[in-house]
Amino acid sequence: MTRPRTMFDKIWDAHVVEHIPGGPDILYIDLHLIHEVTSPQAFAMLRQRGLRVRRPDRTVATMDHSTPTVALDLALADAMARRQLQALEENARAFGIRLYHLEHPERGIVHVLGPEQGFTQPGMTIVCGDSHTSTHGAFGALAFGIGTTQVAHVLATQSLLIRRPRTMRVTFSGRLQPGVTAKDMILALIARYGTGLGTGYVIEYTGEAIRALDMAGRMTICNMSIEAGARAGMVAPDDTTFEYLAGRPFAPQGEAWDAALAYWRTLPSDEGAVFDREIHMDVNDLEPMITYGTTPGMGIPITGRVPDPAQEPDPARRRLLEKALTYMELRPGQPILGQRVDVVFIGSCTNGRLEDLRQAARILKGRKVAPHVRLIVVPGSETVRRQAEAEGLHRVFLEAGGEWRHAGCSLCIAMNGDRVPPGKYAVSTSNRNFEGRQGPGARTFLASPLTAAASAVAGQVADPRRLLP
Amino acid sequence: MQPFTQLTSPVVLLPRADVNTDDIIPAQYLKVTDKAGLARGLFARWRYREDGTPNPDFPLNRPEAREARILLTGPNFGSGSSREHAVWALMQWGFRAVLAPSFSDIFYNNAVKNGLLPAQLDEGTHAALVAWVEAHPGEAITVDLETREIRLPDGTTFPFHIDDFSRQCLLQGLDELDFLLRHEDRIRAYEQAHHK
Repeated sequence: MTRPRTMFDKIWDAHVVEHIPGGPDILYIDLHLIHEVTSPQAFAMLRQRGLRVRRPDRTVATMDHSTPTVALDLALADAMARRQLQALEENARAFGIRLYHLEHPERGIVHVLGPEQGFTQPGMTIVCGDSHTSTHGAFGALAFGIGTTQVAHVLATQSLLIRRPRTMRVTFSGRLQPGVTAKDMILALIARYGTGLGTGYVIEYTGEAIRALDMAGRMTICNMSIEAGARAGMVAPDDTTFEYLAGRPFAPQGEAWDAALAYWRTLPSDEGAVFDREIHMDVNDLEPMITYGTTPGMGIPITGRVPDPAQEPDPARRRLLEKALTYMELRPGQPILGQRVDVVFIGSCTNGRLEDLRQAARILKGRKVAPHVRLIVVPGSETVRRQAEAEGLHRVFLEAGGEWRHAGCSLCIAMNGDRVPPGKYAVSTSNRNFEGRQGPGARTFLASPLTAAASAVAGQVADPRRLLP
Repeated sequence: MQPFTQLTSPVVLLPRADVNTDDIIPAQYLKVTDKAGLARGLFARWRYREDGTPNPDFPLNRPEAREARILLTGPNFGSGSSREHAVWALMQWGFRAVLAPSFSDIFYNNAVKNGLLPAQLDEGTHAALVAWVEAHPGEAITVDLETREIRLPDGTTFPFHIDDFSRQCLLQGLDELDFLLRHEDRIRAYEQAHHK
């Protein structure tokens, strides 16, 4: 009998083109996703050397980071963004790559589009010049972000030189209470173990609390693996995965589907497979989580208090905490509940899917956003936008006093003109609360769509459990 | 790529943990289609005051930083976004080596691919080196990739870590794309064998 293998081992081993003795592997890449911000310099590298794109059929391009969300009009983008979007269009045309251009009816954030269209499949190796590529691991794929030089490598050779990472298993046991979501699970993991937990590792998430999640929830967790320091996060494929994929435009069909399904069922980690590190978290008593600081690791339960730097024994961490609280203008020991909120953003590759919008709408239905709050809802894709409109979700957001936008990264990265004004507080369903991430001087609280919606109504950080129908 | 063997230079000290790539270069500077002019955005939110003038307290703006090619910083450097612009901006400013207790995986990879040395220090080494630089502002140290050592002017040495393959790539100025292209027949064979 062969040694039991992890899912990661199975996928990695199946993609090794060549092992460099004492060094990295040449790893074959099944799917390469590209967007406007991290690809132009890679195409320039190809042109400099007179190289072609080796597998345009395994490359998919979309526009998301710097696209306007108010209307699908390139004239709304600033001159620099426009040039970047035009460069992607030219590069896609010149190299024969499928492009979801600004007016494409299925265009979306790269990590929403890939799964939604069925490009993302179990067992694949998937890369993109974007750290949240880890999202696709929710399907039992090995998916990770790369830099622009590596984008050029994959364009030219469909391969990467990469060292084999270590493996970690994070087991979530127990059952989520009402009002507590996948976002709260991953925020709790990062709050407990820090933003360096996964450095050098690929994380496999498992346990009954993971199995109980729908694909949107699994994607939320895998998405924020990078905030835990791990380049990739994965969840073993199961019937939830297969039901999601069946019938998607680029998923296998007919006999090919049956063959794929048979392969996909072999992917989960073998009984007795050994991981380099094991972590266990129970979610039975988990509360909605929210961040108070300037790294995703600075998170607390919604009923908690902002930590006091004076109680932090490690001097380096104390300084970091002091800096964060100064930036956030929060008092040590203050309850986070009741903290004033000016902007609420619901969207992003973390929480911009139909299921996320449904969650927010559960709270917002029949309610009004507080008068001083600006609520911006940005669907993860134009497909999500259409589906949400078919369900009438957009009316819930508009009647509550919110704004209903077109798909894009929007306020998650604030490159497209959407931004939180200096000094203002935002509850955001995105993934990063770094200084200035949502605009210079902007202050971000990361939370779930439920918590974001509840806070929009209250005009302050609010516990969604008190507003749930 | 320019080979990296040895570097003697003053050090800029940025004693913060978790410096992320949004800190290194904010997203507003990413709206480019080439690599030119990125040094302007390096640490922009910390380096400039609100009116756009240099913040004299930020380490990069101190006179002794002008000639510095080495950045000494805290753990988990380069976390967050995959933007290679962070490495390009550091290098365009003049940095050739970053010394830290740990790096994010993507930043580390991006650095090596551009000839920027990510030298990983043990905690004790890091603390000793930070103390030394604080006591000797503007003085040069030597980073030797051949021996994986940092040498102070008084002859004291500290080890640093870097994986063997990255070290070889940096020493030889190896271009990984050339390396991959030399394996094209293996890639083709893999595609055929696996019906890709």
